[in-house]
Amino acid sequence: MSPRRRTTALAATCLAISMTACVLLVRHVDRLRPVVGDQDVLYVDSPKMIKRASLGFDGLMACIYWTRTVQYFGHRHYNGTTSYNELAPLLEITTALDPHMFPAYEFGASFLAPKPPNGAGQPDRAIQLMEYGIAHNPDNWQLYYNLGFIYYTEVKDYKKASEAFDRGSRVPNAHPFLKIMAARMAENAGDFATARLLWSATFETSKQTDIRQNAMEHLRCIQVDEDVTQLQDAVTRFGQDTGRLPASMSELATAEHLPGIPVDPDGEAYQLAAEGRILVQHPENFPFITKGTPPGYKPAARPKFHTTL
Amino acid sequence: MNARIAYIASNTFREAVRDRVLYNLIAFALLLSGAAILVGQISIDIERLVVINLGLTAVSLFGVIIAIFIGIGLVSKEIEKRTLYTVLSRPVRRWEFIVGKFFGLAGTLVVNTFFMGIGVFGALLYVAHKFARPDAGILVALYFIILEFLIICSLALLFSSFSSPLLSAVFAFSLFVIGSFADDLRGFAGLTHGFTRWVATGAAYLVPNFSALNVISVVAHQQSIGLQLILHNTLYALCYATMALSGAVLIFDRRNLK
Amino acid sequence: MPAIEILGLEKTYQVGFWRKRPKRALDPLHLTVEEGEIFGFLGPNGAGKTTTLKLLMGLVFPTRGSARILGQEWTNPEVKAQIGFLPEQPYFYDYLTAHELLDYYGQLSGVSTSDRQRRIPEMLSRVGLSDVKGLQLRKFSKGMLQRVGIAQAILHDPKLVFFDEPMSGLDPLGRREVRDLMEQLKQEGKTVFFSTHILSDAEALCDRVAIIHKGQLRGVGAVEDLTSTVQGKVEVVWQGAQIPAGIKALGAECHVTGENVRAVINEKQQDVVIDVLRREHTRLISITPLRTSLEAYFVEKLQHSQTAAGTTGGAD
Repeated sequence: MSPRRRTTALAATCLAISMTACVLLVRHVDRLRPVVGDQDVLYVDSPKMIKRASLGFDGLMACIYWTRTVQYFGHRHYNGTTSYNELAPLLEITTALDPHMFPAYEFGASFLAPKPPNGAGQPDRAIQLMEYGIAHNPDNWQLYYNLGFIYYTEVKDYKKASEAFDRGSRVPNAHPFLKIMAARMAENAGDFATARLLWSATFETSKQTDIRQNAMEHLRCIQVDEDVTQLQDAVTRFGQDTGRLPASMSELATAEHLPGIPVDPDGEAYQLAAEGRILVQHPENFPFITKGTPPGYKPAARPKFHTTL
Repeated sequence: MNARIAYIASNTFREAVRDRVLYNLIAFALLLSGAAILVGQISIDIERLVVINLGLTAVSLFGVIIAIFIGIGLVSKEIEKRTLYTVLSRPVRRWEFIVGKFFGLAGTLVVNTFFMGIGVFGALLYVAHKFARPDAGILVALYFIILEFLIICSLALLFSSFSSPLLSAVFAFSLFVIGSFADDLRGFAGLTHGFTRWVATGAAYLVPNFSALNVISVVAHQQSIGLQLILHNTLYALCYATMALSGAVLIFDRRNLK
Repeated sequence: MPAIEILGLEKTYQVGFWRKRPKRALDPLHLTVEEGEIFGFLGPNGAGKTTTLKLLMGLVFPTRGSARILGQEWTNPEVKAQIGFLPEQPYFYDYLTAHELLDYYGQLSGVSTSDRQRRIPEMLSRVGLSDVKGLQLRKFSKGMLQRVGIAQAILHDPKLVFFDEPMSGLDPLGRREVRDLMEQLKQEGKTVFFSTHILSDAEALCDRVAIIHKGQLRGVGAVEDLTSTVQGKVEVVWQGAQIPAGIKALGAECHVTGENVRAVINEKQQDVVIDVLRREHTRLISITPLRTSLEAYFVEKLQHSQTAAGTTGGAD
C-alpha cells in the first residue's frame, strides 16, 4: 500500500474509533458529575443578574432556561421527588428574560401552585408570576384565565377567581367561557360542572403535553368524584327507603334502575364497602380524587399518570 | 519520524513564544486575577469565591482566545504565506506536520496555564492569607481547563486544514461557545421529534462537551471532584482530540497547496 | 539513471463556484532530465512551470501520471532527503533568524547536529550572508531572503536541486552570484532543474532546456542544438555608412546602425566581401557566424501554437 493510502486508512480508523468513544463517553459522564443535578441548573438566583449577564441575548437565554425548566420538572416528577424548590426561580428567570414566553406562565399555573408531589406548593408565587405576566401582556386573556385557575383550584378563593375571569373577559378577543366562568364562580363554585368546565378549558387551550395530561387526569378524577357522590346519595336514599344498607352493588344498581354495575373511567366497578361507603377499586389510578377512598387513605408520593395522549 | 514531530513541535512552541500577542493576552489575564481581588473586597465572605470564579474563568477564556489566535496560524497561515512549501519539500509526512503542530501548541498552552494558574493562586493567597485543603480542587479545575485547550487546539487544526485563517477562528470559537452549552443542547434535542431530533442529537453528541469540563463553580464552593470524573474527562479529551486530528490529517493529506 | 523522469504528469483544476468547470493547468508531460546537467524549464508566466514543480514536490496531486526522482517514486518521502527546493518568492518563518531557520530545516532533513553546526555557517557564507547573526528574517530584504532560500535548498547536500525563478528579486550582482553558484553545483556533480522566463540566463547556464506554454511542452533540446548556426549565414560588420557596390551586388541584407553597417551574407560569399572591403579601404569590425538566439527559438515555438500571446520571453 502506498504510504498515502496507509495514512488514510489509519487516520480513518482513528477517526471512527475515537468518534464512537466520544459519543459513549458523553452518555456516561452525566452520572459522574459532582452533585450537578439541579443546583447548577440555576447558577445564579436573581433574574436581574441573569438578564445583565446575557449581554442582550435575552431571547436565547430565555429559551435555554425554559428548556431547563421543563427538563427539571420532568426529571423530578417522574423520579418521585416531592420538592421543586428551583421551579419558581427558573420560571421567574425565564419570564424576566422574555416576558412574552406564554408557555412559562401556563406551566407555572399548572405546576407551581399545586401541593407536592404534583407541584411546588407555592400558589403565592404562582399568582405573582401571573400578575407579572399580565402586567407585561395586558391583552392576553389566557393569563387572566391562568390566574383565575390558580385561585379556583388551589387557593379556593372563589371571589378572587371570579374577579380574574371577569378581568379577562373584558380583553378583546377573549374566549367566551371566561364570562361564563366568572358567573359560575360567584354562584356555583363548588359544582362539579364548574370544575369540569375549567379543566376542559385548560385541556382544550393548552398546547403543552404535560399540562394537557394533567388536565385529563383532573377530568377523570372529577368524574369519579361525581360518580361516588351520586352513588353515595343513592345509598342514602336506599337506606331511607328500605331502612337498611344495600347488600351489594347490583342490588343498588337495580334499585336505581341503572343499566349495569357502575364503573369508573377505567372500567373498574365501584365497590360497596361494609358501612355503605362507595369505594374506588384502585384509588392510586386517580391522583386527585377527594371521594371514594377508604378512611385514612394517603395518596401515593408518586402520582401515576395513566393516560397517554 | 518521532524526531521530526518533536522538531516541528518545538518550532511551533518557539513561534508561539515569540508572538507578542501571547504576552498581551497573558498580561490581561493576570490583570483580571488582580482585579478579582478588588471585586472580592466589595462583598465580605465571598472574596474567595470571586477570586476563584473570576480567576479561573479568565484563565479559561483567555486560554481559548490564545489557542485560537495561535491555532489559526498553525496551518491556514502557513498555507497562505507559503512557508509550508519548503517544509514539505523535505522528508516530512503531512500527518507528522499536523501532529507536531498540535503538540507544539498544546505545550504552549500548558505553559501558559501554568503561569496564569500561578496568578490565580497568588490572588487567592492574597485574599485568604492561607490555603485550605479544598483549594487543591483548583488544580483539578486547571487540569480540566488544559483538557479544554487540547480539544480547542485540535479543532483549530481541523478547521485550519481546509479553511482560511479567519474562518477557522470563527468556527473554533463558535464550537467553544456551543460546547459550553452542550448540556442544554442535549436537553433541547430530547424535547424535539423526528428529523430535528436526529440532527440535534447528532450535533449534541459531536459538539465538545465543555459542560463536563467546567468545574469552576464546583471548585469555588470547595466541593470535591471524583477520581472517576477526572479519568473520564481525560479519556474524553484524548478521544476528542484524536478525532479532530484524524479529520485534520485526512483532509490535509489530500489538499492541493496552490 | 536519469535524475528526473516525468511520465505523463497531468493536472486539471476544477474551478468555478460549484467547482464544475475544468481548467487544464498542465497537459500530460513527458520529460527526462539526466544526472549532472543543468536543465532549464522555460516559459512565460502562467505556462505551467510552477505547477510542474509543485507536482514534483508533492504539494499538488496530479490528475494523472507519475514521475520518478532519482530512480524512486516521486511520492516516496525518503527521496526528499536528497532533493532541495527553492520556491518562487519564498517566505520563511519571519520570527526566526537565518541560523535558526537553517537549523530547523536541517533537522527536518535529517542532518545530524554536528553536521548542521558545521555546514550552516558554510552555506551562509557561500550565499553571501555571513553577517546576519541574530537578525530575524522579518528584517531581511528580498535579495537576502532569496539567498537564504538557496542556502536552505542546498544545506543538506542534495543530489538534485529545484529552483523556481531563482533570479527574481536579485540585482545584477546577485544574479551573477547565483549563476556562479549553479555552475559550482554542476561541478560538484549535482543536477539542477530550474524554471525561469529570463532566456539569457538559460542560454548561459543550461545544458538542456524545455519550453512550456499554456500547459503544453513545446520543445526540448540541448541549447547548443537549438541555437545552431543558421544555415551557414555570416554577419559582417564594418565601419562607415557606405555599402560598397560589390556587396550590394551580392544582394545581401544590410543595415546601417549608427557608425557601422551590418550585413548578413552567405558563408560562401565571405571571401568576396572581405576583398571588396579591403579594396575600398573600409575598416572591418567583425565577422561572426550567425546563431539563432534562444529567444528567437522561443518566440517561434510560442507563435507556433496559434496563439497571439504576444509575450516575449525577453520581458523581465
